[in-house]
Amino acid sequence: MKRIYMDNGATTRVTEPVFEAMKPYFCEIYGNPSSAHNFGYVSRHAIDAAREQVAKAINADVNEIYFTGCGTESDNWAVRGAAYENVKKGRHIITTAIEHHAILHTCAQLEKEGFEVTYLPVDEYGFVTPEQLDAAIRPDTTLVSIMTANNEIGTIEPIAELAAVCKKHGVLFHTDAVQAIGSVKIDVKAMGIDMLSMSGHKFHAPKGIGVLYIRKGVRLQQFMNGGAQERNRRAGTENLASIVGIGKAIEIATANIDAHNAQLSAIRDHMIERILKEIPYSRLNGHPTTRLPGNVNVCFRFIEGESLLMLLDAKGIAGSSGSACTSGSLDPSHVLLAIGLPHEIAHGSLRLSLSEENTMEEADYVVDALVEIVSRLRSMSPLYDDFLKENK
Amino acid sequence: MEYTEQVMDHFMNPRNMGEMENPDGVGTVGNAKCGDIMRIYIKVEDNVITDVKFKTFGCGAAIATSSKATELVKGKTLDEALQITNKMVMESLGGLPPVKVHCSVLAEEALHAAIQDYKDRLEKGEKPAAEEDEEVRYV
Repeated sequence: MKRIYMDNGATTRVTEPVFEAMKPYFCEIYGNPSSAHNFGYVSRHAIDAAREQVAKAINADVNEIYFTGCGTESDNWAVRGAAYENVKKGRHIITTAIEHHAILHTCAQLEKEGFEVTYLPVDEYGFVTPEQLDAAIRPDTTLVSIMTANNEIGTIEPIAELAAVCKKHGVLFHTDAVQAIGSVKIDVKAMGIDMLSMSGHKFHAPKGIGVLYIRKGVRLQQFMNGGAQERNRRAGTENLASIVGIGKAIEIATANIDAHNAQLSAIRDHMIERILKEIPYSRLNGHPTTRLPGNVNVCFRFIEGESLLMLLDAKGIAGSSGSACTSGSLDPSHVLLAIGLPHEIAHGSLRLSLSEENTMEEADYVVDALVEIVSRLRSMSPLYDDFLKENK
Repeated sequence: MEYTEQVMDHFMNPRNMGEMENPDGVGTVGNAKCGDIMRIYIKVEDNVITDVKFKTFGCGAAIATSSKATELVKGKTLDEALQITNKMVMESLGGLPPVKVHCSVLAEEALHAAIQDYKDRLEKGEKPAAEEDEEVRYV
C-alpha cells in the first residue's frame, strides 16, 4: 500500500543529507568533546560548527546557543530557569491558553510552587495581541512566554510586537518556536527575543536534540547540574551526532525557506479549498493566511477524530486529531476549545501537516479519501441523523 | 491507538449498522461533549430480539463495541440480552486498551436502555411506538 505521511507536525523524517552528516559521529568520531586529546578536539570542533549553523539560522551569536535534549527541555529550562532566577522581582508569569503542554504543564507546576500565571485568551483564530499583553503585565511580572506558531492550528503570533511590549516593561520574553523553524523567518535580534526553544525532529534532524537560545546577559537558573558543558549552563555529555544533525538540518531548512513556504502553502491552500468546498459542515481552524505553510486543520461536524484517523490510516494516510480519544483525556484539544469551539465540534478535528516531500497528487488523494471517509462516518452517526431530522 | 484484530474487524466492517424503521425499542446513551454517543434499535417478537441496529458517534472502540454488542444480542431473549455485560463485549473483542473500557460500558448501557424503552412502551401500550419517545440518558 502507498503510504502518505502528513503528520510532520508530530515529527519529520531525518533526510539523507542530515543523516550523511551525522554518520561519522557514531563509529568513527566518538571522542568526548570535553576530553583533552585529539579524539575530544575533533568532536568539540564538530559541535562548534553545528552551534555556528544554528546561530546563523536565527541571527544569534554562537555563545547564545545551548543544546538540550528536546524542545520540552528547552521550554522547561526557559520558564523555570527565568521564574526561579527572578523571584526577588516577582512571581508572575504570562503565557497563552494555546501553548504546548511543555509550557502549560511547567506553568501549572510553578503555580503549585507559589507562582502566579496569567493565561492570555486568544481570539477565534488563535491570536494574542500586543495590547492584551501590555494590559496583563504587572510590576511583579518576570517572564512572558508566547509561542511563535501554534502546533495544532498553525497560527503565527506577532512575535516582534509582543517582544517589544516586554522590552518596554523590562520583562523577559521567551518564545517556543518548535513548529516555526524552517517556516517562519527568525531573527532573534531584530525581533527582540530573549529566549527561544527549538526541537530538531520537527525539521528533519533526529529526535532527542533541542536548542535553547539565551540572549547574552539573560540569567537563568541551571536546569541540569553536573559537568561544565554548554558554558557551564547545561550539564551532560553532548549528543554529538544529533548536534551535528540539527546543525545541518537547520542550515538546509533556513536556506530553502522561501521555496519551502511557497510549495507547502500552495498544497495547503489547495487542500483547504477542496475540503471546505467538497465536505459540507466542515470548518477551517486557525487563520486562512497567517498560518504555518504546512498546516491544515479542519473540523468535520458529527464525527469523531480517532475513527477518522483510523480510516485514514487504513488508506495509508497519517494525520493527527485533537479529539479526546487521541489525547488520552476526556477533553478535546485545549487549543480548539480556546478558539471557542464547542466540545462536540472539537472532537471532529483533523490536522494534516505537510513537509516539502508531499506532492499535489498526494494532497488530492488525501482529500478524495476524506470525502469518502467523512461521509461514511456520518452515515454511522446518530448526531448526523438528528441534525438532518431537525433541519428537514 | 492500537487495537486487537477483532476490534479492527468490527470497526472496519461494522455489523448491524444503520437506522431501523419503527423499532420496538431505542436506547441512546453517551454525550456529544465527551465524544461518544451510541444508539441501539431493537425489534422484539415473542420476547426475542429479532433484529438490532446501531448508530454511533465516537472513536474506533465505540464503533467496534456497538457492533459487537448488536451481534451478541441478536436472536437472544430479552432476559438473555440483559445478561450481556460490558466485560463480555470486551472479551469477545480480544480486549480493549484501558482508556477505552468505557466504550464497552456504553455499549452495555445502550443495549439495556433499548430494552428498557421497549418495556416502557409495552407498559404504556404503545407498541410499536414512535421514535420520538426515546430517552437520552447522559452518562
